[in-house]
Amino acid sequence: MATATTQTRRREAFGSRNVFILSAIGSAVGLGNIWRFPYVAYEGGGGAFLIPYLCALLTAGIPLLFFDYAIGHRFRGSAPLAFRRIHRAAEPLGWWQVLICVVIAVYYAVIIAWAAMYTWFSAQLTWGPGNENDFFFTDFLQSADVAEGGISTDFVPQVGIPLVVVWLVVIVIMALGVKRGIGRANMILMPLLTVMFAILVVQSLFLPGAMEGLNAFFTPNWEALADPGVWASAYGHIFFSLSVAFGIMVTYSSYLKRKTDLTGSGLVVAFANSGFEILAGIGVFAALGFMAQAQGTDVSGVASSGIGLAFVAFPTIVSQATGGSIIGVLFFGALVFAGITSLISILEVIVAALQDKLGWSRVRTTLTVSIPLAVISMALFSTTTALTVLDTADAFVNAFGIMAVALVAVIVVAWVFHKLPVLKEHLNRRSSFRVGRIWMLLVGVLAPVVLGYLLVSELITKISEPYGGYPTWFLGVFGWGMVIALVVIGVLLSLMPWSGRSHAKDDPDYDEFLVDEHYDPDPETDTIRIAATHEKGAGA
Amino acid sequence: MTATAITMMIIAMVTVWGGLIAAIVNLARHPEVAETEPDTLRVEL
Repeated sequence: MATATTQTRRREAFGSRNVFILSAIGSAVGLGNIWRFPYVAYEGGGGAFLIPYLCALLTAGIPLLFFDYAIGHRFRGSAPLAFRRIHRAAEPLGWWQVLICVVIAVYYAVIIAWAAMYTWFSAQLTWGPGNENDFFFTDFLQSADVAEGGISTDFVPQVGIPLVVVWLVVIVIMALGVKRGIGRANMILMPLLTVMFAILVVQSLFLPGAMEGLNAFFTPNWEALADPGVWASAYGHIFFSLSVAFGIMVTYSSYLKRKTDLTGSGLVVAFANSGFEILAGIGVFAALGFMAQAQGTDVSGVASSGIGLAFVAFPTIVSQATGGSIIGVLFFGALVFAGITSLISILEVIVAALQDKLGWSRVRTTLTVSIPLAVISMALFSTTTALTVLDTADAFVNAFGIMAVALVAVIVVAWVFHKLPVLKEHLNRRSSFRVGRIWMLLVGVLAPVVLGYLLVSELITKISEPYGGYPTWFLGVFGWGMVIALVVIGVLLSLMPWSGRSHAKDDPDYDEFLVDEHYDPDPETDTIRIAATHEKGAGA
Repeated sequence: MTATAITMMIIAMVTVWGGLIAAIVNLARHPEVAETEPDTLRVEL
């Protein structure tokens, strides 16, 4: 009788709870914290915005974060596999999330590439003082109009070359795996990001006019609280800021050890993310206060967000401030680090899904996923029409990708398959912060209502006038067509059968977990029972 | 800065950063359970 002992792979895991927490913070803290939050808060009533913001954090952000953690940790799989284990019919939701991540990854990388170039430009004020706006759009991006020439194939080397470098860096991190790649990158980049940002904030506070900026940022406009739009923007912001509902937190929590305190960790992640936003608000508005003073206008005249804030307003501040180059290097360096830690979490959703589906090795899956993505990213975003495509894809995938999948996911899990009690039980078995009926109501009732409201108002805005004034054919392809294609392809992918080697069919690790936790066996992976039968049969 | 702005700034810092500190303290009170999960799983064939 020959007894062979083979070793099968265990699911990859983070080295420790702290590495997971840092990685989850690294994912949540992204470009949005730095360039979106300050302006959203300023527009939404300044100091008064704190009230809807905290409400949104406590009633939607944190409950949905727990929801994602519970799904990933209980069903121990990438998004498609975890949803498949909830119910076979829920699998398309997972693929939909994977495809959303595909879209985001291809354009997110190019913003990191821009920021990397601007770190370099800041050191030598390449743009030339007073020329910041033209430099970015004309000299650097060489922006062309899609309405005139369609999608361009003109390569812009100063964007394309750093973009290749960004992809190479993230591919190496991804190929090294969860523990040695993602975990280690976050252990290095997150403390570095925090220190850099703290220095940046302190330096901004010493600029002349900084106090005027903070005054504008924190002065409460209580009337804003009567505006439902402000509440909607608080919920919308929290929702995007925490990276919930598009597979990231499901994937990351599937790499946690079995006994991890899920809600306790989640609270640290959520408050660290918000803490970073407050810090960014202070830093950005102190700098804007300086800019307003230097230009002899009000803070309201210079306040902006997004690409305009980062690549036009900040270079202006860098040109005008004493020690501006240091501010620039810290600011753009922070954008690069915050961007990379978020990009790897987005890519991990895709890599993990294919690893589960195909049962391939880490390196093989990473290369199979990342190289085509890098090629698409290069093709669309290293050309002269990059900005238009990016702007459109971002606006549509946020509204009708992330928000839509979140709405469908909470409804399906809570109301169609009634899994909230299972998830609640799973969280409470191992966590320091217990959740109960209130959590189920927030996820099952409040979240769908708020998400539904946000989605409908987005639909009305985007249907009533063409987004950004771009041509109809263009919005049809890169806006509406893209978001509809994500759903259709998601359904098609879920129809493809899982092979015997995939983790849906062969996952001894998961079976052992189910036995230890006294959960019902999984009908598809039940290898322990199958192995027992085999032993009996092949006992000779 | 006006007094109202300073007050709102302090409230924001205390609630959000205070929340972060409270969350960290809570987690530190519940240290990670040492688990003996081996790197590989042995399967008898």
